[in-house]
Amino acid sequence: MLKIENLHVSIKGREILKGVNLEVNAGEVHAIMGPNGTGKSTLASVIAGKDGYDVTEGNIIYKGKNLMDLSIEDRAREGIFIGFQYPVEIPGVSIANFMRTALNEIRQYRGLDPLNGAQFLKLMNEKKKVVELTEKLSNRSVNEGFSGGEKKRNEIFQMAMLEPTLSILDETDSGLDIDALRIVANGVNQLKSPDNATIVITHYQRLLDYIVPDVVHVLFDGKIVKTGPKELALELEKRGYDWIKEEYEQRKLS
Amino acid sequence: MKPFDEYSKQLKNYTLQQQPDPYLPVEEYFTCQVANMGSVMLPLLNGWYVHKDSHLTRYENGVVAGSLKAAIQECPELVDAHLNQLAAEDKDDLTASNETQYTDGIFIYVPDNVKVPQPFQIVSLVNSREDLLVQTRNIIHVGRNAELSLIQCDDSSKYGKTFLNIFTGIFLEENARLHYYKTENKEAESLLFHHINVYQKRYSFFLSNAITFNAGYVCNNIHVNLNEPFAEAQLYGLYLVDKTQHCDNRIKVLHNCPDCKSFQLYKGIMDDDAEASFHGHVVVQPDAQRTNAFQTNRNILLTDKAKINTQPFLEIYADDVQCSHGATVGQLDDEALYYLRTRGIGERSARKLLMFAFANEICQHVDIQALKDRLSDMVQRRLDGELTICDQCMMHNADNGHLIFPIDPTKL
Repeated sequence: MLKIENLHVSIKGREILKGVNLEVNAGEVHAIMGPNGTGKSTLASVIAGKDGYDVTEGNIIYKGKNLMDLSIEDRAREGIFIGFQYPVEIPGVSIANFMRTALNEIRQYRGLDPLNGAQFLKLMNEKKKVVELTEKLSNRSVNEGFSGGEKKRNEIFQMAMLEPTLSILDETDSGLDIDALRIVANGVNQLKSPDNATIVITHYQRLLDYIVPDVVHVLFDGKIVKTGPKELALELEKRGYDWIKEEYEQRKLS
Repeated sequence: MKPFDEYSKQLKNYTLQQQPDPYLPVEEYFTCQVANMGSVMLPLLNGWYVHKDSHLTRYENGVVAGSLKAAIQECPELVDAHLNQLAAEDKDDLTASNETQYTDGIFIYVPDNVKVPQPFQIVSLVNSREDLLVQTRNIIHVGRNAELSLIQCDDSSKYGKTFLNIFTGIFLEENARLHYYKTENKEAESLLFHHINVYQKRYSFFLSNAITFNAGYVCNNIHVNLNEPFAEAQLYGLYLVDKTQHCDNRIKVLHNCPDCKSFQLYKGIMDDDAEASFHGHVVVQPDAQRTNAFQTNRNILLTDKAKINTQPFLEIYADDVQCSHGATVGQLDDEALYYLRTRGIGERSARKLLMFAFANEICQHVDIQALKDRLSDMVQRRLDGELTICDQCMMHNADNGHLIFPIDPTKL
């Protein structure tokens, strides 16, 4: 589904990603872990298409298409979803209006008829249950005045509404208490299917107790330096990242 | 665009209309089709009050409403003191011209302790084949513990160039409440000056919300006099201008005594070559301690040529006050645009969503639900380019995108 080959990315001339290789197939959950400032969020932003990131080398192929040829919105319409670490507040735009516009533009792109008001409301009520979102929240402006937990629940609610094929959840667990974490993780698990894939970016093992990955990658110094089964996350939790750094430095020397 | 003072010199280029037949059967032209508003219509045609039955209506609850000219004749005891007070004020060219030349206007008297259940709606239509000057004067009195919601629609047809010069005097007694909503739907060749003087007594509350949808040149002047303690004024405004339109909002709030509050929030979106200005002036007099005064002006410029002059201005002579002012001029929030686009919303739609959200904040400060919904919808369609002026007014029944008013009511 997603194939990243030798991806080099710079921000204002500074190289952040230095040759990332990653392949994700339908039905898989991948975790990308690593210390701060190693390029995890950059990877998510490049896949989303955010301005200011220069791809200097390499490719991102998604469902056989070169992602770099697609606009931000077309990537979303092709089924890519980014769950943000810090979702932006948009005063005055209600969640309902926001989601209806998004859903209908995606449907139009795919040659489907727009949903009418009743169909949309029915869908929204159904999907709200995924993250136990209350009526009150969905009538409010997007993320305005939401707590950290509400913002993340709203992200997963949007994911449920848009039914993406590839979801990238960037530090979805940051700032969540244990109840919110459980709700968010349950939401993600409910949405899992053999046809879609999820990339979970996180610092901590904690989230992976709930969302169990098939593969764990460690991103360090702009590269994926280690890949392993879900037990790798537990090892990282126990031993920290220093041994990864040492291994990496040694490999570099030899 | 010429400066404000230039316009007074243009007055002579326009003709002042003689009184039409005051008993015109004009109901069908003065129907507002906005559903569920249940408003009481006060029609003004080219500045004259017209009604098929009566010039001045006395309601059971003691409210008197209708023509100002008729009120001066029939109930001078309710009007004269207010007119005299206005006569004593400093004037500029246009307000002075209004004082000597006004033909008619609306008079509303709400007696003490009366809460008027339905909103009153002034619909001021200007419709003429000549280049017409319309000078209107309104007097609104809200008594002690009384309440009124007032809507004013300024509309014009596409026939001639018109110069509308309105002066409104508002007198709020102790603990009176007035909500005053204005929509400005004028043709591109029209000039509209509306000067409002507000005099507030103890614990009175005044809310003004003016939404400018379309006009050649609009100038909204509001002077609020907070004359007794614990009076409060909330002033909101939204201007959506494009092409070569121009809109000015000039606010002056005088905190003449302690413990009063004033709040201003004005927002604008300027497209094409349009220009707008905001001049918000708050004066806190030396003994006006414990004043709360806040003013904010936010603007979005959509083109390089569009222009905004913004001047929030506090003049403070007391020392125990809370005051703030701020102005922003900018484009849409890039982070918000990015967020919307990552959900599959195209850039154009995303911009429209954000613009609507920006503008719609002003529509939220309307207490009449039907009017609020209507204004939100109009703002949405104005931003979509589907509508420039209110299409629920008989005046503007649109046909093939052109405005047609098949019968010239002045010829009836």
